[in-house]
Amino acid sequence: MIRVALPEHLRRLARVDGEVELALNGPATQRSVLDALETSYPMLRGTIRDHVTLERRPFVRFFACARDLSLAQPDAALPEAVARGTEPFLVVGALAGG
Amino acid sequence: MSGVRVLVGTRKGAFVLSSDGKRKQWSVNGPHFGGWEIYHVKGSPADPNRLYASQSSAWFGQVLQRSNDGGKTWDAVGNKFAYDGVPGTHQWYDGTQHPWEFKRVWHLEPSLTDPDAVYAGVEDAGLFHSTDGGQNWQELPALRAAKGHLWQPGAGGMCLHTIVVDPRDPSRISVAISAAGVFQTDDAGKSWRPANCGLKSPYQLPDSTAEVGHCVHRIAMHPSRPNVLFMQKHWDVMRSDDGGANWQEISGNLPTDFGFPIEVHAHEPETIYVVPIKSDSEHYPPDAKLRVYRSRTGGNEWEALTTGLPQRDCYVNVLRDAMAVDSLDPCGVYFGTSGGQVYASPDAGDNWAPIVRDLPAVVSVEVQTLP
Repeated sequence: MIRVALPEHLRRLARVDGEVELALNGPATQRSVLDALETSYPMLRGTIRDHVTLERRPFVRFFACARDLSLAQPDAALPEAVARGTEPFLVVGALAGG
Repeated sequence: MSGVRVLVGTRKGAFVLSSDGKRKQWSVNGPHFGGWEIYHVKGSPADPNRLYASQSSAWFGQVLQRSNDGGKTWDAVGNKFAYDGVPGTHQWYDGTQHPWEFKRVWHLEPSLTDPDAVYAGVEDAGLFHSTDGGQNWQELPALRAAKGHLWQPGAGGMCLHTIVVDPRDPSRISVAISAAGVFQTDDAGKSWRPANCGLKSPYQLPDSTAEVGHCVHRIAMHPSRPNVLFMQKHWDVMRSDDGGANWQEISGNLPTDFGFPIEVHAHEPETIYVVPIKSDSEHYPPDAKLRVYRSRTGGNEWEALTTGLPQRDCYVNVLRDAMAVDSLDPCGVYFGTSGGQVYASPDAGDNWAPIVRDLPAVVSVEVQTLP
């Protein structure tokens, strides 16, 4: 199972506590994880990536295994630890600054 | 016993304020969607338990919420606002053309007769419609053909913030867009025309009477007289007696004719309300006194309403969607401020008291009169 950690605003929107666990049919990539997430929680469509272009929203970041994967290709393989479920895929709201 | 429900959108969540018909004792429920910007919450006139709320965030974009129980519980519905076809371009700050980009929903206008039908006014300016309770949204793209290539965003964004539907003929709709003006359709959105004749914007436009480009802040209508429209423009308070074909200034003796909201008394179509703000560079009341101005003559002659409102050291603003009236007798008037206060007057503006004082900055106020 893939573990996904959502920021608090999206956890409340999706009505989940803690991490989300997702089963994938195929390789673990940003695209496959987000597709599965939006299938299970359709209220999250449009909040992490654009409805039409599927591009990541500007102030959303993707972290895993202490790395920033935000700029990685959507179909690139996620780290093995994420694919095995030993590390979570983090969806993060970018720092607001100020 | 009759009652009222005040729906408040703030920078950090939505609140539902409730009272009986006396409008003296209030309960405050919220925040709903805490931490999100709530630009607008509005109830269906056809079913007071059906509410719609626009929830947005710079991080996570637009969410549309719907309640079927008067705001006790909510469910996210459709949030896909895709412009029809190739969206095209509008004027940009540097003189180039810039593609239309959806940013957020500013205003929701439910149908008078169908709880599942609702319009949404959005930034970048466009009008969307849903007939399935907000699950799916379709743009009315002909609006952007009404000289949309000349529209240019102001500092507050190029937003469609006002939607006024003729209660006698719902195919007649007036919308207002910041820094573009008023646009009207007589055929439910198949075709649109600018309706800005008589507006003058000498310090905002090189041609002060241009067909488009006027910064209209709000228009209001009494349901018994759809051909009479009132307007708070960036500067100037205006009225039209021919359904928007021509506008005349009615600022009269106001201390300043800059402001954002304008409202009409529920039972007196010639009684209107504005909240004068010092200027476009100083968004707070003149003389630091928070005063609602009421005209009982449809404009020109205005009286200050001050009882219960702060008359010193007050530097709040009242935004365009943050004033509303109920339909009880006497008519109740409500407004919210950038300082987080929501004021209510149960007697048409003669006396005011805060319902609540310390909410996040108030963006919108709507009122439902309940049986």
